Order: sequence, then C-alpha cells, then structure tokens
Amino acid sequence: MDAVVAFAPLAGALIAGLLARYIGKAGAMAAATALMGVALAAAVSLFLGLYAGDAQAHTTIIARWIEIGGFKANWAIRVDMLSAIMMVVVTSVSFLVHVYSWGYMAEDANKSRFFAYLSFFTFAMLMLVTADDFLQMFFGWEGVGLASYLLIGFWFDRKSANSAAIKAFVVNRVGDVGFALGIVGVFALFGSIQFDAVFSQIEAVKEARLVAGPLDLPYLETIAVLLFIGAMGKSAQFFLHVWLPDAMEGPTPVSALIHAATMVTAGVFLVSRCAAIYDVAHGAATLILLVGAVTAFFAASVGLVQNDIKRVIAYSTCSQLGYMFVAAGAGAYQAAMFHLFTHAFFKALLFLGAGSVIHGMHHEQDMRRMGGLARALPVTYAMMLIGTLAITGVGIPGTHIGFAGFLSKDAILESAYARGLDLEIAQLAFWMGLLTALFTAFYSWRLIFMTFHGPKYWREAVAHGHDAPAHAAHDGAHPQATTHDDDHGDAHVPHESPIVMLAPLVLLAIGAVGAGMAFYEPFFGKEAESFWHGIFAGHGEHSVLEAAHHAPLWVKSAPFAAGVIGLVLAIVTYGFNPRGMRAMGEKGGPMQAFLAHKWYFDELYQAVFVRNAERLGDWFSKRIDRGTIDRFGPDGWALASRLTGGWVSRLQSGFVYHYAFVMLIGVVGLGVFALMSVGR
Amino acid sequence: MLSLITFSPLVAAGLILLTRRLLQWRDEAARDQSTWAVGLLASLAVFGLAIFGLSQMAPAAPGFQLVEKTAWIGGVHYHLGVDSVAMLLILLTAFLTPICLFAAQSSIKSRVTEFVVAFLALETFVIGAFAALDIVLFYVFFEGGLIPMFVIIGVWGGANRIYAAYKFFLYTLAGSVLMLIALIAMVLLAGTSDIAALMAYDFPKDLQIWLWLAFFASFAVKTPMFPVHTWLPDAHVEAPTAGSVILAGILLKLGGYGFFRFSIPMFPDASEFFQPLVFALSVIAILYASLVAFRQTDVKKLIAYSSVAHMGFVTLGLFSGNVIGMQAAIFQMLSHGVISGALFLCVGVVYDRMHTREIAFYGGLATRMPIYAVALMLFTLGNVGLPGTSGFVGEILGLTAVFPVSPLAAAAAAFGVILSAMYGLHLYRAMMLGDLVNPKLAAIADLDAREIAVFAPLAFLTLLLGVAPGLVFDFTQQAAAAAAGELAAAFAR
Repeated sequence: MDAVVAFAPLAGALIAGLLARYIGKAGAMAAATALMGVALAAAVSLFLGLYAGDAQAHTTIIARWIEIGGFKANWAIRVDMLSAIMMVVVTSVSFLVHVYSWGYMAEDANKSRFFAYLSFFTFAMLMLVTADDFLQMFFGWEGVGLASYLLIGFWFDRKSANSAAIKAFVVNRVGDVGFALGIVGVFALFGSIQFDAVFSQIEAVKEARLVAGPLDLPYLETIAVLLFIGAMGKSAQFFLHVWLPDAMEGPTPVSALIHAATMVTAGVFLVSRCAAIYDVAHGAATLILLVGAVTAFFAASVGLVQNDIKRVIAYSTCSQLGYMFVAAGAGAYQAAMFHLFTHAFFKALLFLGAGSVIHGMHHEQDMRRMGGLARALPVTYAMMLIGTLAITGVGIPGTHIGFAGFLSKDAILESAYARGLDLEIAQLAFWMGLLTALFTAFYSWRLIFMTFHGPKYWREAVAHGHDAPAHAAHDGAHPQATTHDDDHGDAHVPHESPIVMLAPLVLLAIGAVGAGMAFYEPFFGKEAESFWHGIFAGHGEHSVLEAAHHAPLWVKSAPFAAGVIGLVLAIVTYGFNPRGMRAMGEKGGPMQAFLAHKWYFDELYQAVFVRNAERLGDWFSKRIDRGTIDRFGPDGWALASRLTGGWVSRLQSGFVYHYAFVMLIGVVGLGVFALMSVGR
Repeated sequence: MLSLITFSPLVAAGLILLTRRLLQWRDEAARDQSTWAVGLLASLAVFGLAIFGLSQMAPAAPGFQLVEKTAWIGGVHYHLGVDSVAMLLILLTAFLTPICLFAAQSSIKSRVTEFVVAFLALETFVIGAFAALDIVLFYVFFEGGLIPMFVIIGVWGGANRIYAAYKFFLYTLAGSVLMLIALIAMVLLAGTSDIAALMAYDFPKDLQIWLWLAFFASFAVKTPMFPVHTWLPDAHVEAPTAGSVILAGILLKLGGYGFFRFSIPMFPDASEFFQPLVFALSVIAILYASLVAFRQTDVKKLIAYSSVAHMGFVTLGLFSGNVIGMQAAIFQMLSHGVISGALFLCVGVVYDRMHTREIAFYGGLATRMPIYAVALMLFTLGNVGLPGTSGFVGEILGLTAVFPVSPLAAAAAAFGVILSAMYGLHLYRAMMLGDLVNPKLAAIADLDAREIAVFAPLAFLTLLLGVAPGLVFDFTQQAAAAAAGELAAAFAR
C-alpha cells in the first residue's frame, strides 16, 4: 500500500513516456490517469487509516540508497499525518489535473509526453513528502525541480518558455545549494540524516558551534537557516521568488499542479518536517517569520497591477506561501499546514479556472482584452467566484463558518498575533499580513471584474490581435491555437470549456467551500493534539496555538474587514468604473511603475549576477587561461625555445619520438639506479 | 589473469598488423571492415575478461589480489596486481574501449588500421598502469600510454591538432620529468621499486614534501587541476570523438588514481601538509572552470571545462582524509568516466553529421532528433548532478566529506552546482530547443540503431549507479578505508 502511492505514478510516467508509440496517445494518457487514480485511492486510505486511528505512523524501507561511513540514506515511504496530508493533496490535485488536461491539451501533438511529465512530477513530489531522511527528500526536491523545468519549457519552440524553464531551475538550484549544505551540516552535527535520529538528538547539540574560517556560528541555527534557504527557493520566497511568475510560461494545468498546489509548498513542508529544529533555532524561526511576511506583502503588492491573468494568480500564490511561512516561523506549523491544505484546493481551482478562460479565449491571457465573459463562460465564472470567495477569506467572523481560506488565513494571522505577544517582530508580521489580506481581496476581485464583468474588450482586441507579437507567438507555439481557428470557423467567440475540464473545477470548488470548515478542528482546533500525534507537539511552542485560540475578537474579525475593504476598493476602481482598469493597469506614477516592474528584481539580478558571471567567465577564459597560463606556460616555452634554439619546429614534426626517447632514457636511467640500489 | 587482460589488446593489435602484411588486402573496404571487427572483438573479449577478473576478487580482503610477479631487470619486477579500485578502473577502461571503437566506425575513414592499433595499444598501456605493482613498471605504462594518445590526436585530430598535441606534450613532460626524479630518489632510498613495499616505507617528512610535490606535478597535470588544465580543452577540441571519450573517461583518472595509489599512502604527512593547497586548487577549479565553461562557444570546450570542474570534486574527496571522501572520489571518477564519455559521444553524433562544434550552428534539434534529445538530456542531467543519476552521489558525498574539514571549502564547492546547471542547461537549450533556424539542419537524422546501442549501456549505468551506488561502495569499501586511514593517521599525528 505504502509503495503504491509513490510508484503507481512512476509506472504511469514510464508507460506514457516510453510506450505511447505502441499503445497510442490515448492509451498512454489513460494509463497515466488511471494509475494516478490508484495512487489517489491509496493515499486517501492511508490518510483515513491514520485519521481514524486504525493505523499507526510507520516507515516502509524499500531499498538502501547510499551507505558509507555512517552516512546512510534509504529509499523509504514514511507514513505519518504530515506526509499523509501531503500525499492526499498531491495525488488529488494531480489526478484532477490529469483529467483536466484531457481537455486542455486535447489538440497538442505531444500530449502523451505531457502526461508522462505530469506523472513523473507526481512521483518525485511523493518521494519528497514520504522521505524518511534528508537525502531522499532532496532527491524528490530536485526531481520536482526537473519536472518543473521540463513542464515550464514544454512548448520548447518558444523562446520565452525556455528562458523561464532555465531560470526556474537555476534559481531553485541557488536554494538547493543551501539545502545541500544544510544536509551536509546535519550529518556533520548529528552523524545521521534520518529524521527521527536527528530530531531526537537536538537537545544534545543545542550549544554546538560551527567554526568556519574566521566565522564562529551557532551550529544548529546555521543549519536551520541553510535548510530554509532551500525552502525559499522552492517556495519562491523573497529574493528567490523571481522564477515563479516566469514559470507561467508552462501550460496552465502545470501552473495549477506544480506552481500553486504542490511543489511550491514543499518549502513549507520542509520547515514543518523540521519543526523540532526550528522550535529550538529561534533565530532561524524569526527569519522565516520575517521573510514570509515580506513575501506575502511584496507579492500581493505586485499582484495589484499585473494584467496577465496567470501572473496575478502566480503572485497571489507567492503571497499565500508567505502567509504559510509566517505561521511556520511563529511556531504554528498546524496553521501553516492547514493553509497549505486549503490553499491547494482554491488556488488549483483559480488556476484551472483561469486555464478555462484562456482556453475559451483561444490563448489570450491579457485581462485587458477580456471583460464581460460571465455570460459566455457561466460555469467557469461561478467556479472562479467560489475560488475568489475562498482566497479572500469570506466567512462569519467569530465563528468557524466560512470558505476554506477564511478559516486557514485567520488561523495564520491569529498565530502571528499570538506570537507577537512575546516577540515584537511578529507584531509587524501580523500587521503586514493584515495589509496583505486587503491587497489580496483587491487583486482577486480586480481579476473577476476585469475578466468577467464590464464591457467586452475581446472583440476588438482579438480582431486586431493577430499581429500583436504575443498572439503571434502563441499561434506559432500552440498547435491547438491554430487548430481551434480551423475547427470553429469563427475563432473569436469565447466558448465554455468541455465537461472534462469543468468537472475538476467543480470538485475543487467543493474543497474550496468546505475544506476549511471540515478540517478546522483536527488541523488547528481542539482535536489538533490527537490529529497530529505529536509531530509538532512537545517542542515548547505549544503555547502559540493556545494563545491563538484566545486571540481577541478584533483580531479574529480584522482579516475579514480587510477583505471587505479590498472588495470595496476593487468595486470602486473596477466594478463601477470600467475605465479605471486602463488607468490602474497602464499608466500611473512611479509607484505603479515600481510595482509593475516587480520592484525591479529581474533587472537587479540581471545586472548583478548574470552579467557579472558572464563577464567573469569571459575574463577568466581570455585573460587567465590564454592570457596568463598559456602565455607564460606552454606558449611561453615555445617562444623561448624558438628564440634560443629553434627546436620547436623539429619538435612539432617529431614530438612523439622525442617523447618516447625522453621516456626511454628515463626508464634506462631508472633501471640502472635500481640495479645499483639493489646491489648495495 | 591480469597479464591476459593487459596484453590481449596489444596482441590483437599485433595480429591486425601481421594479417595486414600477410594478406596484402586488395579491397580496402574489406580490410577496414575486418580490422574494425578484430579490434571490436578483442576489446569485447577484454571486457569479458575484466568482468571475470572482477568476479575472482574478494573485495573485503586487504592488500592486492590476482598478483603476478616475475623478476624483470635488476631489482625491478614485472609485478601486477589490483585492489578493488584499480580493478574497477580497469573495468571502466575495458567497458569504454569497445564503445569507442564501435562508435568510431562512422567517423574514422582514413588509416583505419593504424587507428585501431593505436587504440588497442592505448588500452594495454592504461590497464597496465592500473595493474602495475612495481613503480618502474607503472611509470613505463603511465608514460607509454601517452604515445598512442598523441598519435590519435596528431593524426586523426582537427585543424589545430599539432598545437594541441604539442601543448599536451609540454605539460606532461614537465610533470613526468619531476616524477621520474622523485621516483629514482625513492627507489634509491627504500631499496625497492615494489609499490606495496614503498607504501609501507616511512619516508622522512621533509623528503615527503619534495617527493609529494614532484608526483603532484605529474598527477595534477593529468587530473587536470587548476592552473595546469589548459592543455585539456585544446586536446579535447582537436581529438576525434573516440579520443575525447578515452581522454575524459580514462586518462584523466590516471591522475586521481595516482593520488590514491602513490601520493596519499606513500607520503601521508605531506598529503596532510598540502591539504589546504589541494582544497584551494580544487575549489578554484570547480568555480573557475564552470564559469569559463559557461562562456564557451565550442561544445567540446564547454564539456572539457566541465570535466575540469568535476575532477575538482575528486581531488577534494581524495584529500579530505575520511572514508566518505575517498569513496566519493572513487565513485566520482567512475561516474565521470561514464557521463563525460557519453557527453563526448553525444557531441560526436552531431559532429559526424554536421562537422562543426560551434554551439551557435545548432538549435532546435529536438524537433528532428527526439531520441537524441532524450539521451543528451539524461547525460546533461547526470553532469549537472541531479539526484537519481550517478553524478549526484559523488558530489553530495564529496561535500559531506569536506564540510567537517573545511565548511568554507564545502560551501564554495557547492556553488559549483549552480554553475553546472547554468552551463549545462544553456548548452542544451542552445543546441536542442527553440526553432530549427539553420536550414542545414533540416534533414538531420535521429540516432540510428547502432548509435542507440552505444548510448544504451551508458544511460543504464548512469541511472543504475545513481540509484544503487552501493554496487561500487561495497566493493571499494576496504581499499578506500585503507587509503583514507593513511591520511587520517597523518592528521592524528
């Protein structure tokens, strides 16, 4: 059972990738989808077994991976509540995305390859979450990175997609260096990389110091920060977030699965898995809190002015991940995992909904060319509305009744508030989180208004859209874009998506409505203790959860109020004033430019890192290799000898024999010496 | 047994020359055909013998096995024997040689007989160097192997082959002369040229420093380490594909093997003394060569620089002084032998078709060559060190070994993995992705069955060793622990 969860998707990937030419594309896709269904069933049964108390947390070791000198890593499936939740999230969203892709990718010539990548991604993600040691986790970690790279660049004839894919991989690798050094440090400090062995020894190494050259650092804190750097890369946190918006170059089902619901939450999972470390490493935990708050705020602010429907949701994802880190940094891992869980549903819903819009609009992603789509895409509209109600946290303050995001986001802000009672910086995080809630409501409703309400901008836009470079690129790149034109005759009428795409939306919408209410008590409420089975308990930060429950009513109502303000602002600027979107989205003061350029991170990194790496590479190549080493080395010899004796020309013609001769003399000389020495 | 493995290729080479003389072939095509066949069969037989030799070993037993010893000249003995590390390197040699010969058939059209003979001679010399247990015998094989390599570059190489071969020669000569002097001194002092006896001999520490430096000069050039690496890109660029594969896959390993067999066990105190130097040069090699690789416009140069970077992990591990590092280094040598060999073969595929190594010439090949795209992706990922491929295991264990010794060196080396992703994926994009712009590429053919047969075993090994590296680690455990123990003892002193 345990192994089935992870290896059914691998089998699906192999079948879809290798056998498509024998069993046909549809056969390959069906196999991958069916095996994902198997994995989903297995994951759910594992989860329910733990939830009902029928089964205990356990680990199944499949095979040995590496074992030398105490460094031991296994291929294993670790089943506890934390991994079971992740398994359910990953397999359920992945299964729905598989189904959805039957519609979305229907016209793509390489669709079986697409399914192979999706299944491979799911396999890697499951290896990540079911790891029993840091190394298998790293295997999954880089495996999902590879899948992400392959899927972002799926349309590989598109230049921007290739650049985005490489950017994603390289930026993630920056984080991975932190992760890898963290693992290496864990082994150096604990003599093991197996989770239980590490976590059980923390008390003993609390005071250890790491001396590295001139530095003298607290060992555990250093490791905690290094691991978190890995989390920052994968979860697109501030400084390492730059790849996520560009990753939207991938097909939209990919964005929903990888860049919203699952892979990007791996960082939150890592921190939660290492809760025992972060409970002791207060400095690192505070850093997480701060980075999370800044990311939440930053990404939401950029989301305010984006015009590409997928980029709005991408920044929203970035921002929501920031929330999760705020909770984790505050010590409320339960709240972080709760938001991770609910967010998976409503964010996947929003992305797949956006995909449905894009599909209906023949691969138009610019919201300025949409508007008034509610009538043409009624189901999509309804589902997007539910997603928006969930992400903006609509519910009844003071109760546990509301959409999924209402409960989980409030849990996070209450935790931040509770942590702020004895850590001042957490108060800042709380207020930034509150402001983020306002921003979130604004950009989410702005998306709804620009896309589904107001005048229709698409007739005129699509009519002359063909010569727009973006559109031309899409036409060239997507086989289905052009086939659509052939199929429909009149390509310019937006159409509702097929049932195979809408059904996953509906299922996700159920989660977006009910997941919060259904799981509040076990994740965060009174049942939390028995639900988590001590995964987070007993590490000293228990009081945060307690204090969060006793937060004053104004704290519990504030996020909702912020959401209402955001909604009102969005109505004022966009709902009643359709022209407002031109004003806000296109022109504006320096503030607008600053946000539209995403705080100028790409420009900064290009100038500081990329350009300098290129310059340094060139300089090394020309000035050091050729200009110094060769010049004063072999070429210098040649010149010197040419000047002195001119034997180089002879050498060049007969160097082999020269060499053999030199060697022979050496050997003979050696033989003589050896004879002498033995004779002595 | 070892003599059989070592000299079979040379015997086959002799046989080829002899039959050529005797049969007076009229039909050149038929002659070449039979030459290829004999060469291939001989090298396959050697591979079989090597596997058999491997199966005869007891890896847990200390010391050398499969020993053969007869008096040669004076006190020098013809003395062969292997430990598990040497045996695996012999196996790697015997594995890559038939692959090279098989792949070379499509690219080598002139002087086929000479090529095959040179190649088989090369195999004998390299295997001999790994199997030699007498330091003089080692020297003969070690230096002798360079002669066929020069010939391969100098005769079948590219336009600038003379310069490349000459550069190779100068570097190697400089290293060899110093090593030869040190070798003479050692034999004089210890009164024996037997490697095992020399390993047991306690050289005075002051002398060790000088001997170590002299050996270092030779092995650092071979490895190659910064700053004596500049011969490698030129040699690779000019060498024919098969030459590059053997150069990267096997000859570079002679450097690492030299450190493992001589520098560390014979001069442990000096190795301890020079550890900071080796670490510094290794880290520089990793970062420097990666950055340079990133800016290359020639495919082979790019891969050559990436070899320099990857060998930096080998030298880091070797001198870390613990068994994890030693194992990591040995593993990395084998893994790099497979992956870099495969990458050069990948370059050979498109070079055979288009006769250019300019990266800018290519682009969008994935649309025309889907199977090739998969193969190149796999080996690129191996080179990038993705977990699940063999490239990862050596790197992460190398870092694990170095971190406790020098966290800063480990941190700096770790940055190499960002850079390797940068140049690896940029190369892949430039060659494979995007639109197929160059009209000359329109008709380029995908891998044929013969080429797939070449890549299949390499791909299999890359993944197998990535998932189950214990196959190697269990085998080399004893030998690695012994070598690491020497260095660790020096640290403890």
